This record gives sequence, structure tokens and C-alpha cells, in this order.
Amino acid sequence: MGDLTFDIAHMLAGGLVLLSFVMLYQDRLYALLNVYALHAVVLAASVAWQAFAQDAPHLYVTAAIALAFKAVVIPTALHRIIRRLGIHREIETVGGVGPTMLAGMGLVALSLAVMLRITPEAEPLAREDLAFALSVVLLGLLMMVTRRNAVSQVVGFMSLENGLVLAAAGAKGMPLVVEISVAFSILIAFIVIGIFLFRIRERFDTVDLHALDRFRGERR
Amino acid sequence: MNGLGFDAVAAVLLLPLAGAALLAVLPGYRLTARLNVLVSGLTLAAALALVLDGRPEPGTYLLVDDLNIVFIVLNTFVGFTTSVFSASYIGHELESGRLTPTYLRFYHAMYQVMMFGMNLALVANNIGLMWVAVELATLTTVLMVGIYRTHEALEAAWKYFILGSVGIALALFGTILVYMAARPVVGEGMDAMVWTVLLERAAGFDPALVNVAFVFLLLGYGTKVGLAPLHAWLPDAHAEGPTPISAVLSGLLLNVALYAVLRFKLLLAANPGGIATGPLMVTMGLASVLLAAVMLYRRRDIKRLFAYSSIEHMGIIVFAFGMGGPLANFAGLLHMVMHSLTKSAIFFAVGHVAQIKGTQRMSEIGGLTETHPWLGWSLVLGVVAIAGLPPMGIFMSEFLLVSSTFARAPVLTVILVAGLLLAFGALLMRLNGLAFGEPKGATAPAHASYVPMFAHLALVLAAGLFLPGPVVAWFQNVAALLG
Repeated sequence: MGDLTFDIAHMLAGGLVLLSFVMLYQDRLYALLNVYALHAVVLAASVAWQAFAQDAPHLYVTAAIALAFKAVVIPTALHRIIRRLGIHREIETVGGVGPTMLAGMGLVALSLAVMLRITPEAEPLAREDLAFALSVVLLGLLMMVTRRNAVSQVVGFMSLENGLVLAAAGAKGMPLVVEISVAFSILIAFIVIGIFLFRIRERFDTVDLHALDRFRGERR
Repeated sequence: MNGLGFDAVAAVLLLPLAGAALLAVLPGYRLTARLNVLVSGLTLAAALALVLDGRPEPGTYLLVDDLNIVFIVLNTFVGFTTSVFSASYIGHELESGRLTPTYLRFYHAMYQVMMFGMNLALVANNIGLMWVAVELATLTTVLMVGIYRTHEALEAAWKYFILGSVGIALALFGTILVYMAARPVVGEGMDAMVWTVLLERAAGFDPALVNVAFVFLLLGYGTKVGLAPLHAWLPDAHAEGPTPISAVLSGLLLNVALYAVLRFKLLLAANPGGIATGPLMVTMGLASVLLAAVMLYRRRDIKRLFAYSSIEHMGIIVFAFGMGGPLANFAGLLHMVMHSLTKSAIFFAVGHVAQIKGTQRMSEIGGLTETHPWLGWSLVLGVVAIAGLPPMGIFMSEFLLVSSTFARAPVLTVILVAGLLLAFGALLMRLNGLAFGEPKGATAPAHASYVPMFAHLALVLAAGLFLPGPVVAWFQNVAALLG
């Protein structure tokens, strides 16, 4: 039974990393959003499984928030924004898929090497969870770096936050405060982003950050 | 508890929060601006009551000790004076049409929410709560930076938002790692996130885990401090937002992030297997000083100039705390206070100058001491102070730092002095063009509020001439606490 618990947690967390990779090479916004929604679903499943494995009912709340908010509300809202901005056909071409994927693999290897080395005494479940969580965080960062489009940068940031929630859920007995705050901060962050997207649309007729770069202060 | 019959800690937190709610619904610029000043003043009074009167016992969430009380008083004081400056600054913005009444209401509410976030981060005894508070302060400042909705303001806000969020995400990961390290020793649940408990039991933590956690925390909160190479958001955010926000960003928010780093530094120092945090901080500090000093020469925008100067000074402060020891810590603490006061005074002056001239380009500003003697000379005084000339307070703290570190690490000190001199040259060169010579640009009379500016500069001058005994004892106590 103990082995099965571990294996399922392992599989779900690994699935999260895999989906992060899938996000890395999506060049259409709608596809990217769909993968992100799936990412959130897997996160919810993973957190729920942790709740079961650790016998920590409050984690079910976190899982429910992840499922309702990140897998449904945010992707739907972003769909609408993309449609309203008329950028659903846009294709991003920063960096090749190959180098990005290689960099992603390097980051995963790095996080495994770091995390597994420093946590020899923690129980295997928390240990592997943490290693996977760091991978998701780093892949999210990589995605933010390689994208030029404001919407996909936001998606990258949210996948990064998913990694953080995974880490918080894996840390056994971590107080609820933190999970709620993470969810809450995503809500705030999303409102902020929504406002920004709107304003960017108002002013530039594009959400491509290259357009913003033109207005860099020192070159006036 | 204290003898006054009210809870000063609660007042420091609840006053800004109530103020924010009130300011969000009240119309009218004159009323709200005054209310903003009033609320900030009351918060300052509550903070002073905290110093004079007894302190509450550390609880699960809140803590007041010798270290954070310095930060709280500084925070509420500069918050108060900035609200006075903001009242006159914002009136002009309203007249010139850069802000609409709706945005103004939003601005005032956000100002108080930001003060709440910073105060909460400072009194938090819980590393999770501290993280939430820093995030709150960050988000509100992002909104304020973007408030003018120009191209530049939007880019600045976006850049600040993205870099700030990444920093904050890394800090959260570090926080989780600290919890993981504490759990086997302290046990599950809330206690493993309470800072005082963590510090007591830190000796038993797994060193490897805490070390990695500190790297994440230093990078995460260090982004908010504006340490090189994570400083890219800082000049834009300072230059494009309203000037009162530049003043609180430089004077306060950077300190709050630094305070978070210091708390975790103490945690590591209490662990026998912890890495030496000093070299990490010294390296990042020196890198910031040198980078900012070189960058100062190429600035054309007056607010960007002083934003880079903030990076330089945060570098000096982090260097001082990285060196450690009673003297360097004392110098770092003094420098932090002096920098906050001086830099916000400079931004007060710069804000009025930019409004009169209608531009932030330094090539279009000149001869200020002739056209606007009061404003011009206070800018001169501020820049003289920030450049580290005697008899101002920053000279004191820099002198103390250099003389105390020279015996321990001569090479590092030489590098630091090189950075200081470079920055000194750049600032004086720019000041010459701004304050003296042919008057340039519009010469409309200034409707400035001089009181906050002069109050800050007078304090800096007084600290440079004579530090009262109790203050010295207080700072020495904190410096000893920092190890």
C-alpha cells in the first residue's frame, strides 16, 4: 500500500513536469491555454492525493481551489481576453524548440541533483515532490524567458506558481495559511494582469512585449 | 501589554487598513489628501508609542523586537512625510490633468494599503505571513507605478511586475524549504513557521536544506532589494511612477525586503553547519555598488539617476551587513536610515523640479539655484549628502564602514571605495549642470512643500554632527543582535 501511495504521487508530480515541457513548445495561444488547464487539473489531483496520503483534509481545499480557479476560471477568462484582443492567430518565434527543450532538460537535471542531495533524511514522498516542484518552477521561469507575448508570459508565471503549490503540499503539515495565500495571491496577480492587458491593448494594439521595449526610458 | 490602554501594534496595522477603506470611498482631492496625511501621522504616533512604551510578547503572527522597531519607526516616519509631500505634488498632477479624480482616489487607497503591507512585513513573526505582506506591498506598488498609463509607465510596471513576481516566487520556495528544515526539529504545524521558535531551534536544522533555502531567499528578496544583477526593474519603476512612490520605493520598500534577508541571515548564523552568508552578501553588494556607479554616468533622466544611486546605496548597506561584526552592522544600520531620509528628501525636491520644468530630462533642467533658490539649494544639500560629503550623516556611516572593514578586508574595501568615488564624481557632475550655470527650462514659481524635505535633511545633518547617546546605544544593541 505504501508503495502504491508513493507511486501515484510520483506519477502525478512527474506528469506535472511533463506538462511543463509540453507548454514549452506550444506556439499557439489557445493550445497553450489548454495545456495550462490540464496542468492545473493534474496539480489538483496531485494535491488531493497528498491530502489523502498525509491524511491532511485541509489540502483538499487547496486542490479544489486549484481545480476550480486555475483549471476553469483563469483559462476561460484568458480565452476571452485573447479573443477580444484578436491575437489568437499569433505565433511566437523566440528561440528554437530544440534548444529550449534541451535547456529544460538541463534545468530538471539540475533541480533533481540539488534537491535529492540536500534532503537525504526527509521521507521519499516529500523529497521527490520537492524535486519535481523545483523542476516545474524552473521550467516556468524558462518559459517566461523564452516568450515575448504578454499572455504566454503570464501563463508561464502561473505554471511556476503551480510548482510552488506542489512544493507547499508536499511539505507535510505545512499550515493552511500558506496555501490560501498562494491561491489568493494568484487571484490578485490575475486581476493585476487583466488590468495591464487591457491597458496594453488600449495603448499599443499589441500585447507583444517587443512593442513595449521601444519605449524604454533612456532611448527617448 | 502597555500602560496606555491600547495595542500599539494593532494600531500600526489597522490604521492604514481603515484609512485605505475610507480613502477608497471618499471623494474630493483636498479632503482625501488631508486624510491621507492624518492617517499616516496617526500611524507614526502609534509606532512611536511602540518605542516608548512596552512591547507585546511575541505571538504566533506578530513580533516587536529591537531589530524591527528601527525599521517600523523609519517606515512610518517617511510614510508620514511623504504623505505631506504627496498632498502638494498630487494637487499639481490633478491640475495638469495627468491624474483624474478617480485615479486619485485609487492612488490614496493604494498608498495606505502599501503602508499596511510594509508594516505587516516588518512586524510579522511568521515567515509565511511576512511573505504574504511583501507580496501585497509589491502588488500595490506595481499598480501605483503604472498609474499614469503612459507607454513608459506601463512598460515599467510590467517589468517590475514580472521581475518582482519571479523574485517573490523564489522567496516562497525558500520559505517552504525553511519549513521543511524546521519540521523534523520543531514538529508539524504553525510553530515551524514562527520566526522566534525557528531561531531558538535553528541549531538542529539540516544544514544543507537551510543553505539552499537561504540562496533562494537571498535571490528572491534580493530582487526586491534591487541587488545586481536582479535590479533591472528598479530604475524604470522609480522613473515612471508618481514621485511620492519613487520616494517610498527607495526609502522604504527596499528596506523591507532587506529586513527579510536579514531575518533569514540570523537564522543561518544560528545554525553551526550553515554556509557563511557574509561572502554572498558582500559579493552582491559590491557588484551593485560598482554597476550602479558606472551606470550613473550615462543617465539622462533625473529620476533614473537617483534610482541608480539607490542601487548603489543598497549595495553599500548589504555589503556592510555581509561583513558583519558590531561596527560594520552599526554602519550598515546607520547608512540605511540616512539613505532612506536623504533619498526621499531628494525625490521630494526632484518631484517639484520635474513638475515646474515639465520634464525629467537633465539636459533641459539647469540653474535651479538661481531660478528657484529654496528648491535648488535643498537639492544641492541632498546630493551633497547622498554623495557622502561631510558633515552629513551618510559621510559618517560610510566613513565608519570603510574604516572598520579596512583592517579586515583591505582589498574589498579598496573596491568599495573605488565604487563610492566613481558615484561621487557622477553625482557632482550632474549636480553642477542641474543646480548651477545658465537657467534652462520653464521658470514658473514653485508651489512646493518644503517642510518634509527640510525635516529629512535636518535629521541627516544632525546625525552627521552629533548622534545622541540613547540612539547610539540603541543601534549598538541592534548591531550586536545582528551578529
